[in-house]
Amino acid sequence: MTVTTQAAIRIDGVSRTFVSKRGETVQALDHISFDVDEGEFVSIVGPSGCGKSTLLKIIAGLIPASAGQVLIGGQPVAGPRSDIGFVFQQPVLLPWRTVKANVMLPVEVLKLDRRDGERRAADLLETVGLSNFANHYPMELSGGMQQRVGIARALVHDPVLLLMDEPFGALDAMTREHMTLELLNIWSAYRKTVLFVTHSIAEAVFLADRVVTMTARPGRVAEVVTIDLPRPRDLALMNTPEFGRYVSHIRALLNARGGLD
Amino acid sequence: MASRSLAEQPRRAASLRRYMLRNRPEILLVPAIFVLIVAVWELLVKLLAVPIYILPPPTEIWRAFRDGLGSGSLVEHTWVTLQEVLLGFAVGSVAGLVVGVIVTRFRLVERTVYPYVVAFQTVPKVALAPLIVTWFGFGMTSKVVTTALIAFFPLLVNVIAGLQSVDQDRIDLLRSVNASEWQIFRMVRFPSALPFIFAGLDVAIVFSVIGAIVSEFVGARAGLGYLIQVNNYNLNVSGTFAVLVVLSVMGLTLHLVVQWVNRRVVFWQRDDRGSVVGA
Repeated sequence: MTVTTQAAIRIDGVSRTFVSKRGETVQALDHISFDVDEGEFVSIVGPSGCGKSTLLKIIAGLIPASAGQVLIGGQPVAGPRSDIGFVFQQPVLLPWRTVKANVMLPVEVLKLDRRDGERRAADLLETVGLSNFANHYPMELSGGMQQRVGIARALVHDPVLLLMDEPFGALDAMTREHMTLELLNIWSAYRKTVLFVTHSIAEAVFLADRVVTMTARPGRVAEVVTIDLPRPRDLALMNTPEFGRYVSHIRALLNARGGLD
Repeated sequence: MASRSLAEQPRRAASLRRYMLRNRPEILLVPAIFVLIVAVWELLVKLLAVPIYILPPPTEIWRAFRDGLGSGSLVEHTWVTLQEVLLGFAVGSVAGLVVGVIVTRFRLVERTVYPYVVAFQTVPKVALAPLIVTWFGFGMTSKVVTTALIAFFPLLVNVIAGLQSVDQDRIDLLRSVNASEWQIFRMVRFPSALPFIFAGLDVAIVFSVIGAIVSEFVGARAGLGYLIQVNNYNLNVSGTFAVLVVLSVMGLTLHLVVQWVNRRVVFWQRDDRGSVVGA
């Protein structure tokens, strides 16, 4: 076996079947394969029911694959890991913990050095612009602020991989745009490998180095589109013809197989 | 500065009073209705010349209440019942909590034990009071056991409901950083179940008073239930009413204490949907 530059994450023929309540076997994911490089930002876009979230949970080791495997740093994923940050669609903050205590949760669970953790938590809250809210409770924060706490929490234990499952899906359009820019800032500050699941083609293209385009029932990879747009990016990019070409290309891929939703 | 704020104080107090009356008129209405009921009661009993051993007028009850306080007997019996209630409540709630946690923790236990729990829940626990007095005697133990048995089930049912309704995302969040089952329980499951646990405690404390009184009816040498029976036997209806007043004050106070602790502990739960209290 020749050693080539190893992908940070290798998704290798991952399939997943569920048994529905009526006893039928449903194929959620069908032989998904793609690689993600170290420090790369990869979006996964596809209609609902294409198994995007299931794929993220398999990568995180929260549910097992029915076939195939996921390799992180060359090691197969066999269960939950301590080097992954997960951002959910809902912020999933614990209402009895302050913002700071919520961000510190992974540090406590993994029993990492508390002082280091607190320093990182403070840095991250600074990055997401919530330093002044460290001692507030989640219910005192807006939806966008809560999701920023969720992102800070996913980074506090310095994971090798950040998994984001439609993190801005529950936000209004204005906040969503703002958060997208903010995420790019965070990403350039911490340079994590990111897998970002979304419904929005524009969001996927704007953020990513590559876009994994998936189709539904069963979930398959239609094409992995490399986004060759300069960084740093700003919202003006969305009005350029290159950006538009990527978006319409991906839309065409999705429409060819039944369309979005 | 100081003198000015002093001068402003009466004006501010007056405006506060007006504000309270406008926005929370019940503060005035609740005591007003109480006064009205007592007055009508007194008037009707006097007008219709109802015998004192059927329905005593409020003034008579007040006299019996003060006599009871003066002789110390009311205080003494209240203390006995209060101890039974608190001990039984503590034992029953803790047992319900522990069993509820064990039942939800192990699938097999849940499936094996739960049918019995449901079956036993349909048995009116007060019906067991005579048996328990036979087994544990006329002293305080039998009262505590009956009370604990009654307090046990509201806790058990609510703990199970609470632990089972934990948001799956919260559990996935902990699992995503490789948390142990114990960490998940400690950091997510248990705190998430607290609103349910307090709903259970609220029902349990009110049930506990019922349990202690019924158990005293069956056989006791002290306590408010015993005092009711003695008063009834002597046709001292005013005395019985005086005990009822003490009992309602006790029940209400315990309920309010649980509510207060609830608001302190589960501070993130803002919606005050009043819990259902009923026996």
